[in-house]
Amino acid sequence: MRYMLVNMQNCRMVYGQTLVELGREDDRIVVLEADLGRTTMTKLFEKEFPGRFFEVGIGEQNMISVAAGLALCGKIPFANSFSVFATGRPYDQIRVSCIGRLNIKIVGSSCGLSDFGDGATHQAIEDVAIMRAIPNMTILSPADGIETKKIVRAAARYDGPVYIRILRNDVPDVTAQTGEFKIGRPTVIREGTDVVIFAHGYMVYKSLKAAETLEAEGISVKIVNVSTLKPIDEKIIRSMASGTKGVVTVEEHTIIGGLASAIAFSLRGTGLMIEAVAVNDRFGQSSLNYEQLLEHYGLTVEAIVKAIKKVLR
Amino acid sequence: MPLTSDQLARLTRIAKKLRYHIVTMIGAGKPGHLGGSCSIAEIVAVLYFYKMRHNPKDPSWPDRDRFLLSKGHAALAQYAALAECGYFPNEHLGTLKELGSILQGHPEKRRTPGIEAYTGSLGQGLSIACGMAMAGKIDKKDYKVYCILGDGEIAEGQIWEASMTAAFYKLDKLVAILDKNLVQASGPIVERYDTNPHPEKWRAFGWHVMEIDGHDIQQIANALDQADHVKGRPTMIVAHTVKGKGVPFAEGKADFHHGIMTKEQYQLARQLFEE
Repeated sequence: MRYMLVNMQNCRMVYGQTLVELGREDDRIVVLEADLGRTTMTKLFEKEFPGRFFEVGIGEQNMISVAAGLALCGKIPFANSFSVFATGRPYDQIRVSCIGRLNIKIVGSSCGLSDFGDGATHQAIEDVAIMRAIPNMTILSPADGIETKKIVRAAARYDGPVYIRILRNDVPDVTAQTGEFKIGRPTVIREGTDVVIFAHGYMVYKSLKAAETLEAEGISVKIVNVSTLKPIDEKIIRSMASGTKGVVTVEEHTIIGGLASAIAFSLRGTGLMIEAVAVNDRFGQSSLNYEQLLEHYGLTVEAIVKAIKKVLR
Repeated sequence: MPLTSDQLARLTRIAKKLRYHIVTMIGAGKPGHLGGSCSIAEIVAVLYFYKMRHNPKDPSWPDRDRFLLSKGHAALAQYAALAECGYFPNEHLGTLKELGSILQGHPEKRRTPGIEAYTGSLGQGLSIACGMAMAGKIDKKDYKVYCILGDGEIAEGQIWEASMTAAFYKLDKLVAILDKNLVQASGPIVERYDTNPHPEKWRAFGWHVMEIDGHDIQQIANALDQADHVKGRPTMIVAHTVKGKGVPFAEGKADFHHGIMTKEQYQLARQLFEE
């Protein structure tokens, strides 16, 4: 599939550029990197602010606790690696930092299956579940380049621990240029009346395509971008779902502990039909092509269409 | 600089007072981290009452020296010192580990005035100390960061990640003290899991290393003063200590890593340290 008419952006590049902007505006911003700066794009910050950039080598546990020490002295540290290493390896260091609500920003690049070539060891499909379990943690997942910029800036402004998921590949813009990003507030990307989709990350785009497909069949689909995965405002989720005939969640993450869990719990007792499109409790694997990998794990427009029809039955 | 006899007498008295608090905070019939707290009593006394630049009336003074207890289970020694300094009233010492107390089982900054971080999940304190020293470098401040590690604790791989960071970034305001008390929770270190040789390892990792008797107040003061003159490298003071030092029935005993004193033992220990 080719989508020639939409604007594509690389979220890693947007992230790297936004960090530089933030660095110019606020000298409390410091960046830590565990040898992946050429991919996470923190190399841009390193070039402009070598005195506020710390390569800590391939040691993520140390990186998070060093970030904690910097935060305890008033800095705003952004600690970087791939999602899978940024959350998995230093789990306890992040947890301890959250006990103190320390002002650290953990940025997981190449989230979900987006590091398609590198296989299961490098693909983060349970990072949201792990981070959601930690009290005081905030989890943000931008859907595109536009939102990446807003989210990184919001994270820098917010005083407390934040985990941000950054997509590896170029993705089409789906969110509006205008409008402020507010932590904890899901946004309606497309209005609809029959079914509501809750999605985050690249899956917002896939959901839009599914909605377009179903429009031709007379099915009206509302799409909500849940770019804050924690905290989830139960009231807002319930009001966004009310009046529809069913709910579908879509995420590039395991079905356990991520968006599906959060939405299903938020809607408990409503009697609404709920279906989930997610990675079905399996590890990833290598593929030469991102879209092919997503298809293998059932994260496709067709799967979303099928799920919508199922909740309408 | 040799300490005056007055200084020496005062610091000796304070170390004794810290042990009194440690023993009474634990009490009889309840478990508490007696051994690892008593092994650092002199080091903590010299840091808080001789070496460190700090102000109990202003715990968040930006230019203060920082103290991190990476082996957070020895918090009793630090709580006792903070109370004696006046960070909080002594009465709080009696509330250790009670629900809602400002004194948790392991140090928590937000709850306790004078505590700098969240430690006790072993292996993390040295990295936090590195971050604080880096922040000091960026801000061109001259505060020091002191960090006490355990010889059992340094089996944690993160310690060695941090040791490389400290050396690579030439964190010469960072001074670590290894409480080499020879015993971990399950038994003697050389039998259970030998982390030796210590000075050689830290030297190989790029640190300036000193070795002292960790119960000799003059030696502790000398080593901390000498560390002020080390440039371009972090300092490690390997302090030879005795687990449970000063409490005869607990000395060198793994049982008193987190042990329970009988009523008789408690009375004996309390009397030893009473003024």
